[in-house]
Amino acid sequence: MVEIVNRPYAKAFETFATARPEVLCLSADLTSSCEVDGFRDRHPEQFLTLGMAEQNMLSFAGGLAMQGYRPFIHTFSVFLYRRPYDQLINSIAYSNRKVRMMGFLPGIATPGGITHQAIEDISVMRAIPNMTILECGDATEVETVLEVADSVNGPVYVRVLRGEVPRLFSTPFELNKLRTLSEGDDVLVVTSGICTEEALRAAEPLKSRGIGIHHLHVSTLKPFDRDGLIKAARGKKGVVTLENHTINGGLGSLVAEILAEEGLGVKLRRLGLQDTFAHGASKPYLMKKYKLDASALVAAIGDVLGKALDIADAELEAVRLDTVHSAQKAEAL
Amino acid sequence: MTLSNQQKAEDVAAGIRKRVFLHTMRNNGGYLSQACSAAESLAFLYNEALKLGEPTLPKVPLPFAGVPSAHNPDAFTGAGYHGPFAPEYDRFIISPAHYALVIYSALIQMGRMDEHALDHFNRDGGSVEMIGAEHSPGMEVTTGSLAQGLSMAAGVAWARKKKGEPGKVWVYMSDGEFQEGQTWECLAAMSYHGIDNIRVVVDVNRQQCDGAMSSVLDLGDLPARVSSFGVTCRSIDGHDLDAFRTAADSAEPGKPLIILANTSPFQGMEFLKKRFPRLHYVRFKSAEERQEMQTAIAAELGVDEAEIARA
Repeated sequence: MVEIVNRPYAKAFETFATARPEVLCLSADLTSSCEVDGFRDRHPEQFLTLGMAEQNMLSFAGGLAMQGYRPFIHTFSVFLYRRPYDQLINSIAYSNRKVRMMGFLPGIATPGGITHQAIEDISVMRAIPNMTILECGDATEVETVLEVADSVNGPVYVRVLRGEVPRLFSTPFELNKLRTLSEGDDVLVVTSGICTEEALRAAEPLKSRGIGIHHLHVSTLKPFDRDGLIKAARGKKGVVTLENHTINGGLGSLVAEILAEEGLGVKLRRLGLQDTFAHGASKPYLMKKYKLDASALVAAIGDVLGKALDIADAELEAVRLDTVHSAQKAEAL
Repeated sequence: MTLSNQQKAEDVAAGIRKRVFLHTMRNNGGYLSQACSAAESLAFLYNEALKLGEPTLPKVPLPFAGVPSAHNPDAFTGAGYHGPFAPEYDRFIISPAHYALVIYSALIQMGRMDEHALDHFNRDGGSVEMIGAEHSPGMEVTTGSLAQGLSMAAGVAWARKKKGEPGKVWVYMSDGEFQEGQTWECLAAMSYHGIDNIRVVVDVNRQQCDGAMSSVLDLGDLPARVSSFGVTCRSIDGHDLDAFRTAADSAEPGKPLIILANTSPFQGMEFLKKRFPRLHYVRFKSAEERQEMQTAIAAELGVDEAEIARA
């Protein structure tokens, strides 16, 4: 049974920030939604509320960084780059300022619909020089990402998970290191964020049918552990990526770039939002609808292997880790 | 070579206009009108208001040292011409990056940059760019995309206040930046957080790239709008040095100070009126047009036309 950790970020941030007076907690009217309301109440001297004004907030954070503070901006992922993109470039990224952008509810993790769903954030952030991109896949990574982000000499964007988060990993977040979750000879599966938990549901059913899966979890998207990927992809019959993001410009794209540059000539299937916007609904519903789930992964693996895998949804659902927190409703805003 | 306070602010203003004029004529175009409106503001700031140390960068501007990154230890900002960062010194953030030529001229007039530093202006591989960026002399932040300078300055000011530093943060802005929503976001934030160690001088010349602001997007009663955000707002004649002195001394505890310097885009160069409202960047369509302007403005500024040919 996978342990479910309640609000791991809240505790981790408080522990982290209170030991570092030069860390500031910035918020744009989503303080409790980003689990820093307790921090605000207990450590007001390290908290700065800037209201629903992200353009000013990002430039203001640049100014704080100019004075040696390390601002951690808290808001939903989508509000960190869509509205204030120019500020992100000119007030933070160009100058390589140590601003840490903590993005909550990435991709379709939010039921908030198009306005709230950061589905192209990684694509946009990858295109920005000086930017580092991290993504948490479980409670352990949420708990340990802060020190990693803060060790980077430059701006950092983090996709953070909130609320009830499963603990999948027993070792801390390591910068630019792929996690090997299983080793096998047939297909390389590369996943990130909430999709890693989903992919794990397919592990046993695939294993029981004798299919060798090499499963890599990616928590650093930029820079990227190129050598680790190449080593794992070499000799495989196919590669499948699964991400909580559009397939254009994110994990699937960067894997495609590396496979092509290395001339590996291996089949690739990219799972994620297939060049479409999503809409407001629960995470499980959206993951199924947009083929970000274990069933879609199994189908893609069968596709690259050239054979239909007889794994019914019921079998995948039987091992769904969701069962341990099935009482959880679609996450409220 | 001139040093701070060894010349009168009036002379600094005249020197700024003359240098920008000479450079514009020698280079067949330039941001001339901005010198007309900004001369007294910058003269007052550099000569009287700003508390700055001696420059930390060489008088002759350095070549561009590459974009900032974790792997480029050579990257620098032009803030070095404003002296060292120290708790007691002021900071001066320049927001309208297209005023660069005017800023460079002011730095030269103040003896902070070499007399011939403008020879490096707009040269490939140099730091003295036409639209200044953070590596350009006098620039500390990259503000060619307007209205971000104030917010960055507000962050710097908040941080300095938190650390108890006595130095102030001064900002130079253009009124066109009040068309951007970010400026108003920042006024709200500065007011709410009581950031009172910031002093903002705005060049209210009511001009923008397309022409008169009244023909593009008029800002109406700007002093009333700014004041309504809970900041201290002084609206003055931007060519009256005494008015600057009074306004700069009128900051109120708990509030940022915004000085709206109402200026003329052809102050000191009345000939430019003929070009109104196309003042943003002065170019010449013919040699005759250029000669006519050269003769007229040289006479207004008391410049010997032979000096223009020098370069």
